[in-house]
Amino acid sequence: MLDSAESYTTEDGRTIGPVVMEMKNITLRFGGVVAIQDISFDIREGEIRAIIGPNGAGKSSMLNVISGFYNPQEGDVFYKGKKRPPMKPYQVARQGIARTFQNIALFEGMSVLDNVMTGRIRQMNASLFAQSIWKCEAEREEVANREVVEKVIDFLEIQHIRKTPVGRLPYGLKKRVELARALAAEPSILLLDEPMAGMNVEEKEDMSRFILDMNDEFGTTIALIEHDMGVVMDLSDRVVVMDYGKKIGDGTPDEVRNNQAVIDAYLGVAHD
Amino acid sequence: MSDTMIFAMEVFLNGLMAGVLYALVALGFVLIYKASGIFNYAQGVMALFAALTLVGIMEGQVPFAHLINATIGTEIHHFGWHVPVLLAIVLTMVVMIALAWLVNHFVFRHLVNQEPIILFMATIGFAYFLEGVGDVMWGSDIKKLDVGLPQGINTAIDEYTYGIVNYGFFIDNLDLVATVIAAVLVIALVAFAQYTKQGRAMRAVADDHQAALSVGISLNWIWVMVWSLAGFVALVAGIVWGTKSGVQFSLSLIALKALPVLMLGGFTSIPGAIVGGLVIGVGEKLFEFLIGAPFLGGATENWFAYMLALIFLVFRPQGLFGEKIIDRV
Repeated sequence: MLDSAESYTTEDGRTIGPVVMEMKNITLRFGGVVAIQDISFDIREGEIRAIIGPNGAGKSSMLNVISGFYNPQEGDVFYKGKKRPPMKPYQVARQGIARTFQNIALFEGMSVLDNVMTGRIRQMNASLFAQSIWKCEAEREEVANREVVEKVIDFLEIQHIRKTPVGRLPYGLKKRVELARALAAEPSILLLDEPMAGMNVEEKEDMSRFILDMNDEFGTTIALIEHDMGVVMDLSDRVVVMDYGKKIGDGTPDEVRNNQAVIDAYLGVAHD
Repeated sequence: MSDTMIFAMEVFLNGLMAGVLYALVALGFVLIYKASGIFNYAQGVMALFAALTLVGIMEGQVPFAHLINATIGTEIHHFGWHVPVLLAIVLTMVVMIALAWLVNHFVFRHLVNQEPIILFMATIGFAYFLEGVGDVMWGSDIKKLDVGLPQGINTAIDEYTYGIVNYGFFIDNLDLVATVIAAVLVIALVAFAQYTKQGRAMRAVADDHQAALSVGISLNWIWVMVWSLAGFVALVAGIVWGTKSGVQFSLSLIALKALPVLMLGGFTSIPGAIVGGLVIGVGEKLFEFLIGAPFLGGATENWFAYMLALIFLVFRPQGLFGEKIIDRV
């Protein structure tokens, strides 16, 4: 087993760093329903970590725990080596954890550019007055933020719709704008909730390419939930498999593929 | 130039001035609507409350004096000091911010994700509650508010126009000051909403709560800020209207004048509130002068604004400047 502070190099030459986030014995209940039961796993710097499992396995709940939308009844979250107290989602976001949503949460009335700019809110610190007259530090800040945003927009190939109100865009592009907003925050962990849900094959290929390039070029740590097994196995460095709120597998795609419990969960055996 | 033309011009100018005052009230509505999707029925009462508080502080009135006297049998009314205007305005603003926090903490924080009609009903409840609190706190008698704004006919304009058309225009100094105040307020608010981080966050919250949270915006913080801003606009409107017509219950009814302004200008546009206010102000005064008084027996000012608003609702429901309603199905 690799120590949590160690780094290693993958076959394709990327460096995977020490553990940046660790979930320890997380249990989440809604009334009497147990959504997550005693799950532990970690996310390393620079890796693509996938969470997979059949419908209702608790994957989205897990992502919501990481991003602070749910607070678990039991267990601890460690972020950058420190135990994280229960937090509101906006506080988690300010710590550098960005996310996208399964059913897209964008500011529909704003342009693509404005949407992506909101991702930079954490990095705007000039005084209120300086900001309203666009002078001094505010101007410098705005220029710096715009540079990052333009880079992201370029990278995700959405230049042609920069000024379009998001409400007018088709589904696939909306997904990409949401990704751009999350990426613009320069997050230390990027959480993607089913980034390819509802896409056709071509769009899925585009999205896979963006995820890989993001990880490669920006060194972004990514944790993602995905249904499409083929996609997950191609993309990720390590995979957590969940079923009925429990962890039934954790490891490299190859390890997981040969895990009997995982095969059972996906192909279906009689539960007794 | 014929006499009618000259009179009409004076009426036009006075209409513009009245429009500015309407716009001032409408602005408060737009702010809250933009940031939370709530149509705040209480905006007029907030203006009344702000004006009452300002007068109370300036005169050194004891808040809740009647209540205190009735319960423990004392005879107190005033502290016996007079607070300077600027300090009193600052203190009133502190009260309005406290009010914003209370409203958010005890009411609207709990109504997240409710239907707009429920939020609207809540603001109606809040309006009557605040009216009662204002009464109990400062008494229900009509008060005079004088913060040193100039009032009365502007002699410079009077003399200047007399020199040109042989007829002196009557323009009230207070209206001129109100125009300047409104212009400054609007520029400041637009700059705030468009260019600052807080303004951007405000627009973001109005659009999607979940998305706003995910980029690190605290909803409660933004809501308190928005209600405080609305409180500030209410204070400005309260000062101007209170100076004009005394601080009394009817001040809260100016809110009803803001409604047609909003329908015309669009509920989501700050410039729209201004233009809407001007169009209604000028429209109702000119209509009364040119058509209402000579042919319809007068008193058209009461309904003209609503009729205009109705026409707009039919042909352009989003108003002159409102955001177009886009929905991809």
